[in-house]
Order: sequence, then C-alpha cells, then structure tokens
Amino acid sequence: MYSYSDFDEGFVRTRVVQFTGQVARRLDGSLTEEEFRPLRLMNGLYLQLHAYMLRVAIPYGTLSPNQMRQLAMIADTYDKGYGHFTTRQNIQFNWPKLPDVPAILGALADVEMHAIQTSGNCVRNVTADHFAGAAADEIEDPRPYAELLRQWSMDHPEFQFLPRKFKIAITGSPHDRAVTRAHDIGLRMVRNAAGIAGFEVIVGGGLGRTPMLGHVVRQFLPIPDLLPYVEAVLSVYNTLGRRDNKYKARIKITVHETGATEITRMIEERFVETRAQFGGADQALLDDIRAAFAPPAFRNARAETYDAAYAKDGAFRAWADTNLSQHLIDGYAIVTVSLKAHGDTPGDATGEQMRVLADLAEIYGHSDLRISHEQNVILPHVHKSDLPAVYAALQAVGLATANIGLLSDIIACPGMDYCSLATARSIPVAQELAMHFKALDLEHDIGPIKLKISGCINACGHHHVGHIGILGLDRAGVENYQITLGGDGSELSAIGEKIGPGFAYDQVTPAIERLLRAYLDVRLEAGETFINAYRRLGPAPFKAALYGEGNHIDAA
Amino acid sequence: MSRNYTPKVVTANDLRLGDVVYLTQSGQWSRLHNEAALYSEEEQANAALASAAAQSLIVVGAYLADAKAGPHGPEAVHFREVFRTRGPSNYAHGKQVDLQEPAKVA
Repeated sequence: MYSYSDFDEGFVRTRVVQFTGQVARRLDGSLTEEEFRPLRLMNGLYLQLHAYMLRVAIPYGTLSPNQMRQLAMIADTYDKGYGHFTTRQNIQFNWPKLPDVPAILGALADVEMHAIQTSGNCVRNVTADHFAGAAADEIEDPRPYAELLRQWSMDHPEFQFLPRKFKIAITGSPHDRAVTRAHDIGLRMVRNAAGIAGFEVIVGGGLGRTPMLGHVVRQFLPIPDLLPYVEAVLSVYNTLGRRDNKYKARIKITVHETGATEITRMIEERFVETRAQFGGADQALLDDIRAAFAPPAFRNARAETYDAAYAKDGAFRAWADTNLSQHLIDGYAIVTVSLKAHGDTPGDATGEQMRVLADLAEIYGHSDLRISHEQNVILPHVHKSDLPAVYAALQAVGLATANIGLLSDIIACPGMDYCSLATARSIPVAQELAMHFKALDLEHDIGPIKLKISGCINACGHHHVGHIGILGLDRAGVENYQITLGGDGSELSAIGEKIGPGFAYDQVTPAIERLLRAYLDVRLEAGETFINAYRRLGPAPFKAALYGEGNHIDAA
Repeated sequence: MSRNYTPKVVTANDLRLGDVVYLTQSGQWSRLHNEAALYSEEEQANAALASAAAQSLIVVGAYLADAKAGPHGPEAVHFREVFRTRGPSNYAHGKQVDLQEPAKVA
C-alpha cells in the first residue's frame, strides 16, 4: 500500500503542531469557540450529544495492520475501548477529551493517518470498492486513482471552501460496491471499444434530504485526463454552487437546476482549460503510486484444509457460504468480517477485535485490511487453506457472525445515541431487528437483502438505497420511522420509495416482519430475492402488509 | 409565569470533557439535569443563557432546552434532552454510569 512521502509526512506533522497550539489557545481563552470551531472541524473534531467525536479518515478504506493496531491503541487509551466504522469508510471515536486530541492526532501521524478534511466544505475522504485489487470482476484496482485524488484534493487551495462538502467514490468493477451513483462524483472504470480502461464519470448524485442519482457527464474519460477533468467539475461547481442556501448547495442541486446537458457542456469547456494546465507531473506521480499498489506475492498451495473444514463443520460452512467472495486468484478468497453480531452495534469494533484483525491480516492476509461502506472489515487476500484458522481466530473474539448480505447485516448511522444532528435513534432499531429475526430463524430463508437505517434526513445510513430503508424522524416530539422500499446502491441503482406514514419506535420491528412475511408469501421461488420480488410486483403487496387493516394504528 | 412560555433550563457541553452540563441556580454547572435552574420567564432564561455563553472557558454550545418541574427538580421534556441526561442506549457509557461520581464540574 501507499506510504507517505516526505511531503505528506511534513504536512500531517505540521497540522498536528498547529492544532496542538490551537487547542492550547482555546483552553487558555486566547481563542473563542467561534474562532476555534472551524479549526477543530478542519481536523475532524466534532462536538456531539454526549462528548466530542473524532472522525479519522481511512483513505479508500485501506488499512495496514499497524494502522489498525494504532486505532486499537487510541480506542483503549483515549476512548472507551472501541471505535465505530462508518459508511464513509472512516472510523469515529465517540468519547475523546479535548485536551487529549493533539496526542491522538500525533499517534495517528505516527502511522500515516489523520483526521483532515473529514469535515467542512471540501473534498472529503475518497471512498472506493472495498474489494479493490481482489475482486474477480475487476477491470483494474481503483486505489491508485483514489490515492492520486487524495493527494490532489488534500489542502487544494481552490477547493477548501466549496459551496458544500464534496464526496468522490471510485470503483474498478462493473459490479458497483462503492455506490458511485449516490456521490458528488462517481467514477466507474470501463473499457472503450478498443479495450482500453478509462472512467465513466457520474456527477450530481447524493442522498440526504433531496436524494438524487448522478448523471453520466462523460461515457469514457481516458485515465491521463482524470485530475484535469475532476478539477473541471469542481471548478464549475465552485462557481455555480448555491452558497445562499445550505440545503441547495450540493452539486446534485447545481446539476438539477442547471440541467445535465448544460453542466456537461460547462465542464467540458472548463476541461479544455484545466487540461492545458496539467503538464504531466500527475502522470509521473501516478506511476509511483501504482507501484505502491502492486498485487501481493500470491502463493500456490493446496486447499484440502478448507475442503475438509467445509465438509465437516456446519458453522464454518455457513460462514464460508455468506462471508466469502470470489477472489481474482484461484485458491484465494475475500473474507468479509461481520461487525454486525446480532444485538451488537453495527460497525463497532473493540480494541481487542481490531488487534486480532491486524494479526490475521499480517499472518494470513498479505497485510491488507479494508473497511467497507457497509461497516464491515475485509481481509481481501486470504488463501483458502488458511480460512479455517482465520475463522477460529475470529470466532474467539466474536467476529465470526455468518450474516454478510443478510437482513442483520444492517447499515445504521450513530443516530440519536451520539449524533447531534439526529432526529431519532438508529442503533437500537438495528439491534432489535437483528435479534428479532434471529429468534424467528428467518434470516437465511429471507436471503440477500439490504436494510439501511438513518437517524435523520441527512441519510448517513444510506436508507434511500436500501432495499428496505428506515428513516428516523422527530414527529411532534416522538420518534417516528418512515419506511422506503426498492432502493438499490449497486449498478442497478435506485432511490427507494416512501410507502406510507411512519411507524412508532416500538412498531418498526413488527412492521418489517409483516413486510418480509409478505415477501416470503409472494416470491416465485426461494431464489427470487426481496428486491427482485419488489421490482416484479411493485409496492402494492408490501404496502398492504405494512398498512393493511389493523396495522396502521400507530402510524403517524 | 408567562402564560405561553415553556420553562427552560440552560444546558451546554463541558469544554474539556464534552460532557452535558446544566446551569444551576448559583450560576455553577452541574452534570445533573435535576440540579438545573428552571426559568419560567423568557427574560430570565435569556439572561441566564447570556451569562452561560460568556463562560466560554468552562462550557461550549450553551442553549435553552424545554423542561418541566418534577419532584426531584427539573425534568427534560423532549426525548433528545432525555437522552442527554443519561448517555447512549447501546452501551453503559456516559452519565448513566459516570454519575456515581460527584456532580459538580465547576
């Protein structure tokens, strides 16, 4: 993976020194909170409901074992022994104390990490397919381009005060695991007619209060044009974006108000200028970056231990069936480690669990770890012969839940248990749903499904692209939950439809059970997934299950 | 009491720890909601908020929150404020366990 250059190192260290001074001046009264707030936010430090929260960037979701161990150290030393992995492939610490934050940032810098640009109206952490470099269907590993974008956007003087925050996602695979159409810029690697790899550029997607899927502004962008083209998009947005209204300031609104055709024309016009300003240094840099992402030295080995464990151990088999994905190399597998043990908080890992994951990556996983936007941890390169040992080690620390892609593999934002923006809780809703369907033993029968929960309209829990989305709201001082159906974050992207009135907190689980029992009744056969049944039938049978006679009493 | 004014407490977060605090009658800060001063008059509440906002070396983000009188002191009205009195629901963290310690922070 990429290692910091002297420039990166100097930049991050300088920021730690600066922020150390800023905290000291806040604590001695030299800085007011009004002056300090933008400075702390530039370093990822928020004030939440019960405490400060530090959001640390995990660029394109890639971590080394040493970085994971350092996150564990920070969790144990400065927090309450755990961290929360987010849908932005970041990690959040929920309980840091202000005087400790400079030391935390110093500890992050020691392992080439930071919390810069995890807040503010700038280009945020670039996210990527969590199977990058390992997926069997991949055209090319997208991470060198994500790293190039990271370096380009870091402290970019023109783009530190955009109209609003800006999120870029990239995938190298036709199967979109990075939700590219719901980002300000989505980059999908494609091949042109000559078989050359480039990018389809999607602009103006986003969730939040006005969910929109992005528009394709370029069907095929040659790789050398990546930075000048992205710069042209940012430049047009920076000029047109609605600084007068925070709720209309994202590029999705700019695209919507300007029109996809006109904004495409403006981007292309600006691109002529930006293209001329790039003299090739970016391509030389890209070559260096590519070398840092060279594939590991995969090994050839027999996999009898895997076959034997699969044949005789039912629990291992269940885990292998749900948590493993096809690797590009025969004999290898991609392991998705579930951070969704039934009843636990989605996306949370303890310091001990992080250390075990770091050790497993080092021993069995070519020292590579990923964080998925679905709030799980990936060991992208594990030889099949090592899977029984990996499984046993995961089991020992509560990380062997066999539920990837199933109902309890729920995305949930922190909601009103932590977040000062939230209008309702998310986590306990996820916990109850997971426990309820486990008790019913229906999860495997229901099969693949994406259930996503947000605790406010800002949609950090991606509910709009959940097959089932749940949105927690405050209705006249009471928590109330809207259900949306039919959303999809994959290459078949769709925004879910609101089906009817919301449900009271204690009515959400019964409502979801009715919905899923209706699905089991109407599906053609066990292989027809919930989303496919929804696409075939539309909302009617599901609406009837949710709101049929006697089922709407608590709806508001 | 103003007929249309919902009583308020002044609440904020502790500058250093981030913990939720409430302004008491004596002008100090407590971690306990029921030790907060309850203001039934809008002018009083605004004056208390102004004095709280001026204490920027102790607290951050002071605001007025709806509250009501209870047998042991003011009680939170909105569920958000109720959650702030105890901490998150997914772990025994925050006030629900920390308040075994002395309540006064300043």
